[in-house]
Amino acid sequence: MHVAHYLGLLHRAEANLADAYREVAAAHAAEADVFHIVGRLAVQCDTHVERLAPFVDRYAEEAPAEPERLHAELFAGARSGGLGLLRDLHDLYLMVSYADITWTMLGQAAAGLRDDDLAAVVTACEAETATQLAWLRTRMKAAAPQALVVA
Amino acid sequence: MATDDRIADPWGARTPYGPGTDWPTRVDVHLAEGLTEADVDRWAQSASLLHSNGDAMDIAVKDGRIAGVRGRAVDRVNRGRLGPKDLYGWQANNSPDRLTRPLVRDGGRLVETDWDTAMGRIVDRSRELLDGPGGWGRFGFYTSGQLFLEEYYALAVLGKAGIGTPHMDGNTRLCTATAASSLKESFGTDGQPGSYADVDHCDALALWGHNAAATQTVLWSRMLDRRRGTDAPALLAVDPRTTPVAREADVHLAVRPGTNVALLNGLLREIIAKGWYDESYVAAHTTGFEALARTVDAYPPERVAEICGVEARDVRRAAELLGGAQRLLSTVLQGFYQSNQATAAACQVNNLHLLRGMIGHPGAGLLQMNGQPTAQNNRECGADGDLPGFRNWANPEHVAQLARLLNVEPRIIPTWSPPTHAMQIFRYAEQGSIRFLWVSATNPAVSLPELARIRRILAGEGLFLVVQDLFLTETAALADVVLPAATWGEKTGTFTNADRTVHLSERAVDPPGEARADLDIFLDYARRMDFRDRDGRPLLPWREPEEVFAAWRECSRGRPCDYSGLSYAKLRGGSGVQWPCTDLAPDGTERLYTYGEFNTDSDYCESYGQDLVTGAEVTPEQHRAKQPGGRAFLHAVDYQPSAETPGTEYPLQLTTGRSLYQFHTRTKTGRAPELNGAAPDVWVELHPDDAGPAGIAEGDRVRIESPRGAVVAPARLTGVRPGVVFIPFHYGWWDTVGEPHDRAANELTLTAWDPVSKQPLFKSGAVRVARTED
Repeated sequence: MHVAHYLGLLHRAEANLADAYREVAAAHAAEADVFHIVGRLAVQCDTHVERLAPFVDRYAEEAPAEPERLHAELFAGARSGGLGLLRDLHDLYLMVSYADITWTMLGQAAAGLRDDDLAAVVTACEAETATQLAWLRTRMKAAAPQALVVA
Repeated sequence: MATDDRIADPWGARTPYGPGTDWPTRVDVHLAEGLTEADVDRWAQSASLLHSNGDAMDIAVKDGRIAGVRGRAVDRVNRGRLGPKDLYGWQANNSPDRLTRPLVRDGGRLVETDWDTAMGRIVDRSRELLDGPGGWGRFGFYTSGQLFLEEYYALAVLGKAGIGTPHMDGNTRLCTATAASSLKESFGTDGQPGSYADVDHCDALALWGHNAAATQTVLWSRMLDRRRGTDAPALLAVDPRTTPVAREADVHLAVRPGTNVALLNGLLREIIAKGWYDESYVAAHTTGFEALARTVDAYPPERVAEICGVEARDVRRAAELLGGAQRLLSTVLQGFYQSNQATAAACQVNNLHLLRGMIGHPGAGLLQMNGQPTAQNNRECGADGDLPGFRNWANPEHVAQLARLLNVEPRIIPTWSPPTHAMQIFRYAEQGSIRFLWVSATNPAVSLPELARIRRILAGEGLFLVVQDLFLTETAALADVVLPAATWGEKTGTFTNADRTVHLSERAVDPPGEARADLDIFLDYARRMDFRDRDGRPLLPWREPEEVFAAWRECSRGRPCDYSGLSYAKLRGGSGVQWPCTDLAPDGTERLYTYGEFNTDSDYCESYGQDLVTGAEVTPEQHRAKQPGGRAFLHAVDYQPSAETPGTEYPLQLTTGRSLYQFHTRTKTGRAPELNGAAPDVWVELHPDDAGPAGIAEGDRVRIESPRGAVVAPARLTGVRPGVVFIPFHYGWWDTVGEPHDRAANELTLTAWDPVSKQPLFKSGAVRVARTED
C-alpha cells in the first residue's frame, strides 16, 4: 500500500505552499489585494497541513523515505515588479496545481480504503484548493496584459 | 413660502401618515436673502446633485444667476421636500473662486491659458502614448458619481472603444461598488429591486450600516413620518455609532466594525431555525439554500454576541423583528460597503429578503443604496468597471452587441479580464505603467485611502495628470492641465437616483467665464483625437446631450436598465420616472422581480459571479452548469476578521463617515455659508471609556495615529461604541493656510479592498490616540 507516500507528498506540498504564499505576500506587500489574500491562503494551507496530520500518523507504517522536494523545484523565490508578480503567481499556480491533483488522487485512495474521515477532509480541502487555483487564474489574467504588453 | 432653519432642524416638520396612504406634500424653498418667489425670473427643472436620494427641485434664476431652489411637489421621490445640502448648496455655483479658464503647468506653476493650448497639450501627450503596442495601457480615466448620464456614456465610448483601455473607474468605487456587486451576485445584474414607496407600505424597516438621517435626509423624513403615523413600522438599526437612526430604532445593534457577516449569519440562522422563512418561495425562486443553512448553522446568538460585541438577547430580538415582519424594507450603505467582507455582508441582506420571499411587493423591498447622486449612471453607462447597459464583459455575445451599437470591431473593446478598478489604476500609475491619468469631478488627493501614498503618485514626475473640476481642488493643484468645468444648473442632462428614478436637469444659467460642460470637454477631446468607427465616421458624432441620450436609449434597450421609453420631453414637467421604462411599461417600473424571476440566466446576466472570499471568477461553464434559469443565488460565507485589527500598538479601531452638512471633500458644501458654518472643521468621536484612561476630556485636541499617518482634531466624547474612533472624511486642506497633512481622515486609512467589489475598506484600520498640546 502506497497511501502514505501520497499523504507525505501532499503534507509537504501544502506546507511548502504556505511558505511560498508568505514569501510572496512579503515580497509584494505593495499589491494590497495579493498581500491580504495570499496571507489568508497561507493560513488555509496551514489548516490543510493540520487536517492531514492524523492521517499521516494513521498510515505511517507505510511511510516512505523523504518524498521529493517540491519547494525548490516549483518556487525559485519571490521576484519584484509587475512582471515579477506575474511570474510569482505563475509559480504559485503550478504549486497549487500539484496540490490539487494530489488531493484528487488521495480522494481516490480514500474511496478505495473506505476511509470516510479522510474522504471528508479531501472533499473540504480540495474545494478550497480549487478556489485558490481559480483566484490565481483570475488575478494573473488581469495582470498579464499590463505586465507583458504595456510595462 | 420660506422654509425654517434646516441647519437646526435638518429633517423639517413631521407630516405623519399611515400605511398604504400617500406621503403628504411639503414644499421646501430657500431663496437668496430678500428674494421672494414672485421676484424670480424663471425656474429650471432639476434634482439634487449633493446626495443619492434624487430629490426633485426647481432652480430659481434671477438676473442670470442662480438665486435659490424649491422642491417639486409633483415628484415621487420627495413630494416637495429638500434637505439642507439642497437648500443651501447651490450658493457654491456663484462662488468667486470658480475656475473660469484652463490652466497648464509651466515651469512648475499652473498658469492660465486658452482651451486650444490646454486641449492641445492633452492631445499631444495622448497621441505620443497611444502610438505603439500597448499604448492603451498608458491611460487611466478616473471619474465621478456627480456627472450626468450623457457624460458617462460619452466617456465610456471614448475610453473603451476610442482608446480601448480597461483602465476606467469612478469614485463610485468608493461608495457604491459593493451595492452593484451584491446585486450581481444575488440577482444576476445590477438594479435596485425596491422603491422609496416601499416606505409607505412596510411594517418593518431595517437600516444596515445606513445612517439615512445624514446621508439621505428626505428619505429619513419619509421614514420618520411613518414612525409618527398610525401603525408605524418597527425599526432595526445596525451601526457601531449612536446615530439619529440608532436612537430612533426599536432595536439597535452597535456591532464591532467588520463583523457584519457574523451578525447576518446569526440572524439568518434564527430565521431558518424558527421557521420564519418562506419554504415555497425559496424552493421555486432560489438556489443554494442547503449550503447557506449549513454555513449559518455555526452562528448561534451567543457566538454572534461574542464576535460582534453585542448582547445575545438583542440578536434574538432583531431576528424576531425581521422574522415577524409581513412587509420588510431593508436599506444598506457604507457601514456594510466599506467594511470587512463587504460584498458577502451585503449579499446576506439580499438572502434575508430571498428567504422571506420579500422582494418586489409593496413594502417588501430592498435598496442597496448609492452614496452619490449619479453613481447609478456611471454603473449603467460603463465609465467605471462595467460595460454599458449592464452587459457582461465575459460574454462574447454581449461584447458583440456593444460593438454593433458603436459600429466598431469587437476586439477594440477591452474584455480580456474585468475592467481595472480604481485602486489598481493608481497602483499602475505608482509603478509607472500608467502615464496619463484624467480625473473628472473628483478629488482623490483627499478621498482615497492612505493619502501620503496617493499624493506621491499624483505628484509623480512620469504621470501626466489632467483634472477637470469646478475649483482648484487639492488634486487639481497637482495637475499638469486643469480644465474648468460647468456643473449642475449650468448644463443639461439626466441622472438616476438610488431607486432607479430618472430626472432631467436643465441648464438654468451660463457657466462662469470659459468653463464648459463635461460632455463638451469629452466630445472635444474625441474630435481632436479623431476617434473613428469601422466605417471611418466619427465614433462620438454628438453635439448636444439629447443626442447622446438617444444613443444611450438604444444601448440600454432590452437590458435591465432599459431607457427606451424615456425622452427629455417625457421627463420635462412631471415627476421623475423609474427605469425600466419601455413601450410596454411607458410610466416606468416601480419594483423589480415581482414574480420572483431574476436576471440570472447565463445569456442575460451581467456577471457569472465571483467567489465571495477571494474574488475568483466563476467561469461561464460553471455558471451554466448551475442552471440558474432565473433563480436567485443564495451565497453564504464564514466570518473572517478584518485585514487590520487593533493590537497593542494601535489598540482602537478607526471608522470614517459623513457629516450631515458636508459632501465629499466639501468642494461645494464648504462654499455654502450655512453648511460650512454647521460643520467647519474635523473632529474625532471617542467613547468615554477610551478617552478617560488617556486623560482626554471633551474638546481636548487629540492626535490620532495609524501606521500610515496622523490627524489632529478636537475630541467629542459621544456617539461610538467602546474601542472605536470615528472621524469624518470631508476635511482636506484647500481652505487652510499651508497644506497641513494632519486633517484628512484618509491620512490614516488602510490600502485594502473587498475582494469582490474592490471597494476600499475605509472602516477597517487600527489607530491609537493621545492628547496633544498643539
